[in-house]
Amino acid sequence: MARHFISDTMVLTGRSMRHVTRSLDTIITVTIMPIAFMLLFVYVFGGAIQAGTDRYVNYLLPGILLITIASGIAYTAYRLFMDMQSGIFERFHSMPISRSSVLWAHVLTSLVSNGLSIVVVIAVALLMGFRSSAGVAAWLAVAGILGLFTLALTWIAVIPGLTAKTIDGASAFSYPILFLPFISSAFVPTATMPGPVRVFAENQPVTSIVDAIRNLLAGQPVGTDIWIALGWCVAILVIAYLFAMRTYRRKIAG
Amino acid sequence: MSAGQMQAPAIGAQALEKSFGDLKVLCGVDFEVPRGSVFALLGSNGAGKTTVIRILSTLLKADAGSAQVDGFDVVTQATSVRQAISLTGQFAAVDEILSGRENLVLVAQLRHLEDPGKIADDLLARFELADAGARKVSTYSGGMRRRLDIAMSLIGRPPVIFLDEPTTGLDPQARLEVWQIVKDLADSGTTVLLTTQYLDEAEQLADHIAILHEGRIIVNGTLAELKQLLPPAKVEYVEKQPTLEDVFLAIVGNNGTVATPGDGNPGESAGAHE
Repeated sequence: MARHFISDTMVLTGRSMRHVTRSLDTIITVTIMPIAFMLLFVYVFGGAIQAGTDRYVNYLLPGILLITIASGIAYTAYRLFMDMQSGIFERFHSMPISRSSVLWAHVLTSLVSNGLSIVVVIAVALLMGFRSSAGVAAWLAVAGILGLFTLALTWIAVIPGLTAKTIDGASAFSYPILFLPFISSAFVPTATMPGPVRVFAENQPVTSIVDAIRNLLAGQPVGTDIWIALGWCVAILVIAYLFAMRTYRRKIAG
Repeated sequence: MSAGQMQAPAIGAQALEKSFGDLKVLCGVDFEVPRGSVFALLGSNGAGKTTVIRILSTLLKADAGSAQVDGFDVVTQATSVRQAISLTGQFAAVDEILSGRENLVLVAQLRHLEDPGKIADDLLARFELADAGARKVSTYSGGMRRRLDIAMSLIGRPPVIFLDEPTTGLDPQARLEVWQIVKDLADSGTTVLLTTQYLDEAEQLADHIAILHEGRIIVNGTLAELKQLLPPAKVEYVEKQPTLEDVFLAIVGNNGTVATPGDGNPGESAGAHE
């Protein structure tokens, strides 16, 4: 049935994309928190933060984009959970289709819907005065890193989506991920943090990803940050993918 | 398809065993379903009916024993089995956010059929859902959902259809509609395996009835054969009171598509059994 993999995946992606476009409120729910953080940090705390850039929103945006993705993948887990609960997963699995298409459709939908959320948040940032001197190549690199980050978090989201017993359980995994940007260089430079916190902040994935995106958007050389950032994304992606596929196989093998 | 497959029973199960942890759900289940017949698996909640259906529809692997559907082994030839079957699960597995028509188109596309739109429209008309076809399924009643669910199962004309408790949770009218659909399916030569906990449903629909109890088939035969297991019915004259169901259907109007109340009702001659 592998010959139908692409067409089956497209049909099923079309289906779950309808779930996204017919409940656009989920896009709003996903973006409202990062936008609120952005407003809060730029207009309330921003004046007191010495980030070393002329516009604080320029400094802040990369971290906000990661928070947007972390909040978006909770819906990936939610959609998967609902399919498991409603029995439609079993209906698809009892049909002569490429079985892995069922999972890949959710993964692709997660990429597209998070992409939409990112566009909304960047549009708001532009209204707030965000400006970038980045060229096309730098923007493509930013899109690539964000895509890879989304993919990595999506495969993490697949695991609770397949195994959760309740809706709350399906999305609770995203809370710690949402918290990581706060202990990183996303809001303030790590230099002012006390010793152990600073060590953690400088060596966790969010800081390298945020720094890489920030330098790309500012038209600065990215240095080694981008390789560390890509390394983190690929490592999380591979490990999450292996665990997710093992969970999936266990689920469908009965 | 080989001649051997044509002659094989539509469904065969030999010594199926399945445990979930310490709980032994199936302890050696054997049965055969002849082609074109309606077979009812009767049993109380937790008897293992759904487990049998899940094994036969390739969703679950048995711990021991073997099973074939349409001549194909459910483990080694799972893809061919999935080509030959449709599963209508216990809870209507329809997409609530899509419209009824979109649900049908989706299944037709996944079965790689020509002209999914026409297939969807034909089925909407046949199942009296044409007016509701463009509406989100979340607005459907339980009976409409179940009709859509079964309509989705008929796409691609699979020779074997599994209906897992097709009428559980339905009101009497919707239940009679589902019965009529099953009868039509049987007339068209489709093999139907249905599970139910309602004795009258098995009696109304099935050519063969098997009773699954504590993980084993304890009785298997035609209705007539099953009745012979009990002392012969004695004839008693009893004034037939309308059942509450008869009253309900008479008052709300019976839209003409279903058997009139009392028609073939086993209560009429009040056998001594049950």
